[in-house]
Amino acid sequence: MMKEKASHATRLEPSPFGEEVQLKRNLAARHRAGAIWHALFLLALIIGIIALTALIYNILDQTFGLVAVEVKVPPHELAQDGVPLEDLSTEQLIALLEARVSKGVLRRLKAEQPLEQRDREDLLSLVYERVVQPKIVRSWSLTDSLLRRRSVEMEVAQKYPSAQLQFRSWLNPHFVSQPQSSDPQVAGVRTAILGSLWTIAITILVAFPLGVGAAIYLEEYAADNALNRLIQTNINNLAGVPSIIYGMLGLAIFVRALEPLTSGALVGGVADPTTANGRTILSAGLTLALLVLPLLIVNAQEAIRAVPNSLREAGYALGASKWQVIRDHVLPNALPGILTGTILSISRAMGETAPLIVVGASTYIVYDPHGPFSKFTTLPVQIYQWTARPQQEFRNIAAAAIVVLLVLLLSLNAAAIIMRNRFSRRLV
Amino acid sequence: MATTLSAKALTRRATSAPPELRRKPRPLEVLIQAFFFACGAVSILTTIGIVYVLGSEAWLFFRSPEVDLVEFFTTTSWVPAVGQFGIWSLVNATMMTTTFAMIVALPLGLASAIYLSEYASPGVRNVLKPVLEILAGIPTVVYGYFALTFMTPLLRAILGRDVVEIYNTASAGLVMGILILPLVSSMSEDALSAVPRSLREAAYALGATRLETAVRIVVPAALSGITAAFILAVSRAVGETMIVAIAAGAGPAFTFNPFKAAETMTGHIVRISGGDLSYDSIDYDSIFAIGLLLFLMTLALNLISRAIMRRFREVYE
Amino acid sequence: MIRLNFELPSLTLGKSAALDASNPSAEEDSYALEVRNLSVYYDSFRAVKDINLKLPKRKITAFIGPSGCGKSTLLRTFNRMNDLIPGVRVEGEVLFNGYNLYAPGVDAVEVRRRIGMVFQKPNPFPKSIYENIAWGARINGYRGNMDELVEQTLRQAALWDEVKDKLHQSGLSLSGGQQQRLCIARAIAIKPEIILMDEPASALDPISTLKIEELMRQLAEKYTIVVVTHNMQQAARISDYTAFLMMDEDRAGYLVEYGTTAQIFTNPREKATEDYITGRFG
Repeated sequence: MMKEKASHATRLEPSPFGEEVQLKRNLAARHRAGAIWHALFLLALIIGIIALTALIYNILDQTFGLVAVEVKVPPHELAQDGVPLEDLSTEQLIALLEARVSKGVLRRLKAEQPLEQRDREDLLSLVYERVVQPKIVRSWSLTDSLLRRRSVEMEVAQKYPSAQLQFRSWLNPHFVSQPQSSDPQVAGVRTAILGSLWTIAITILVAFPLGVGAAIYLEEYAADNALNRLIQTNINNLAGVPSIIYGMLGLAIFVRALEPLTSGALVGGVADPTTANGRTILSAGLTLALLVLPLLIVNAQEAIRAVPNSLREAGYALGASKWQVIRDHVLPNALPGILTGTILSISRAMGETAPLIVVGASTYIVYDPHGPFSKFTTLPVQIYQWTARPQQEFRNIAAAAIVVLLVLLLSLNAAAIIMRNRFSRRLV
Repeated sequence: MATTLSAKALTRRATSAPPELRRKPRPLEVLIQAFFFACGAVSILTTIGIVYVLGSEAWLFFRSPEVDLVEFFTTTSWVPAVGQFGIWSLVNATMMTTTFAMIVALPLGLASAIYLSEYASPGVRNVLKPVLEILAGIPTVVYGYFALTFMTPLLRAILGRDVVEIYNTASAGLVMGILILPLVSSMSEDALSAVPRSLREAAYALGATRLETAVRIVVPAALSGITAAFILAVSRAVGETMIVAIAAGAGPAFTFNPFKAAETMTGHIVRISGGDLSYDSIDYDSIFAIGLLLFLMTLALNLISRAIMRRFREVYE
Repeated sequence: MIRLNFELPSLTLGKSAALDASNPSAEEDSYALEVRNLSVYYDSFRAVKDINLKLPKRKITAFIGPSGCGKSTLLRTFNRMNDLIPGVRVEGEVLFNGYNLYAPGVDAVEVRRRIGMVFQKPNPFPKSIYENIAWGARINGYRGNMDELVEQTLRQAALWDEVKDKLHQSGLSLSGGQQQRLCIARAIAIKPEIILMDEPASALDPISTLKIEELMRQLAEKYTIVVVTHNMQQAARISDYTAFLMMDEDRAGYLVEYGTTAQIFTNPREKATEDYITGRFG
């Protein structure tokens, strides 16, 4: 009776899913929606790739390109008896300099090194610098230089009739080896690179032992109590504090409160009496150390946690003390992870700009930093300062400096990857 | 005999440790542990330092006769030279750039997380993930350069030079979105991949397509993790400095037009402290007041994000 | 190859001696360890309760019982390895040469030097074979000829011939069975009085297991060995004494029966023991 009723019902009522045909149509629509969204999800990633490509393209676009150069004295006027400037002899070049360079400048040059002792290359570049005096009046992006060369040439012919069009790589050996200058043509990143290296050295020196020490404490020593939970929570929260806040901390503590220490006055190491305030490499390095500390600790903790507990037990079972186990087993096995994490933290510090501006990076220094008490600038700060200038030529050297910075960061990260691979191979 | 022996044995046991097992003084161990604890304590000192520095300088600022707390929180004009300290012009600019950043980072970040976690084969993943990692590793000053020399000219080319100013919050915000995209993507992906396989299989077994499984089952299950990622992304955008310092504008302005220049909180701090700043001036104190507000905003966002995350972990572990 | 050890023990360990500790006998020096009213807690959970045991010197004592009955926890109280686990609390006494290991002022590090341990999974240090042996000796202040010690130890562990040409290769390059013998060698290098073994062969293949068992029999001539095993045949093959543990209704482990291995396996007094060894349980 019941059964009959049930079968009766199925016969009469249509399936709630509709007819077979409709079901199929429905399914096709669902698959179509699936395909569309699949494409959309992928598109999100492709936009990321496009952004990265655009960023790199934009930087390279500004790093290379045509420039219009005007000269004070065209080189062909300096040719003697049909011999072009490039082929003049040493004596001829010296005579040329004597004749055309002002007395004062000449005296200074001779004081640096007598002209007679200089080689031909050097003399020739002096002639260019002091006599020919090329000046870039306009620069073009790489894209314009390659695709619109004709109109660029026409523009030059119209607007700068005396200028010459040249292809210039703003990133060149001169750029990497020369100090900062107010003239973008001769400005270099030497001061900034050295400043970055000094600052990072101090950051590593302070942050590495502190960070690894804190990680060891939290992973190996800390009992599960309120104080240690507070320390852990606190580290996690510090990792999310905006970097500029660290800059303000550095400004108030290292630059102002600890000025006698950070300026070097206390240790009698004031590098430059005019800079006897706390805005030094030391303050910058310490600020960055505090900034990367949470990141470094969390990374080191992960590395230490990854050391199998069986190794610790094996050590303890042999009658080792805690420190012996940590020193001989935990640390050596966690080291690759710790170092990888440290390098990642360091490359973060290397790219930081805002806190250093707040701490007081110098806007203009041409002398190499020579110790922790020197005034400082760093590569990212230099990039910022150049980017902030309206002239196109500063944009060009900012781009070239970005290339230098990215290459530095890339090699740091490559080192981290290599180290991780090598160590992990040895362990297994 | 037996009794004396046992008595002797009992006394031996009662006396605590035999000489060879007695605890040795290990001064080195104590010293080392103290050192490691000190290392851990540095983080506490850092927090105390931040709170103290921001608090005390901000206190000086609010106490000064030129500043009125009500005015600070209710007016929209920030002109220190004439004693106007209305934080809203700075906060408004921060909210503008943050909004634009989120418009870019949240949908793109979530979509790429869904793709990586639910669609991509391991091979594709290994190619695509490093792209996001590289994006995350590029210094923010480079993004600032990118915003100023690429995004702004692009916007001006599309929308017209008279519509878009050279410095504008839209360009800074959009580029900031690209910067934050990897953060959203990797945190969301973690949340998605923490959803148990069995849940997906259950959905497939009911005849769901891959899209339906991903969007109707996996994403809702990972929602709190994704929410935590979104909130953290907002916090990052609020605290982000260099992009806005370079591309958003160099002067406080209260405007809702994203194509006009406006200075954010962080941008203002950088500009003021980058100049010749004299200590104990109202300018000096004012940046700490802004800093304090910034710190409290990001801290609140981070704490909410962590709380949500903790709840999420409890569900699946 | 299975060698049941029916040898009668030199000590008469009757029921009273094994389970009743209120009568410390004059023979106490023949015992390596004496456990009295021992209970172990994980926070509020009691994992092991009221254990009383006397472990004779230079014998192998096996702990058997169903998994989760607290064999390993009990073993780890003997060299205070449980100290390393947060939340573990020990009540009662473990007497070592008549001294309580849990008396105030006893240094766990010193205890572990005298009471060594071998773990379930081979866990050589990721260092050279040589270093694996030498490290324990060095940190314990060994000043003698290290090369000699390493060779002598490896010979004792019956590993010398297999590794003498590759002493400076990683300990991890060895096979599982060799790794475990390296771990045993590492433990005896610091000349402990007792070696605790926590299921030392459970992760190994049958041939490696056999080698480990042979090695244990050899070592028993010099050392007191306490071994936890879930393998009853193994207990029967290698041990002189066997303790059978079980869980009560609160999941706390307790000692059901303790006696010579021959007695436990051929003539158990308790019904539970008989059920277990005949395979009617766990």
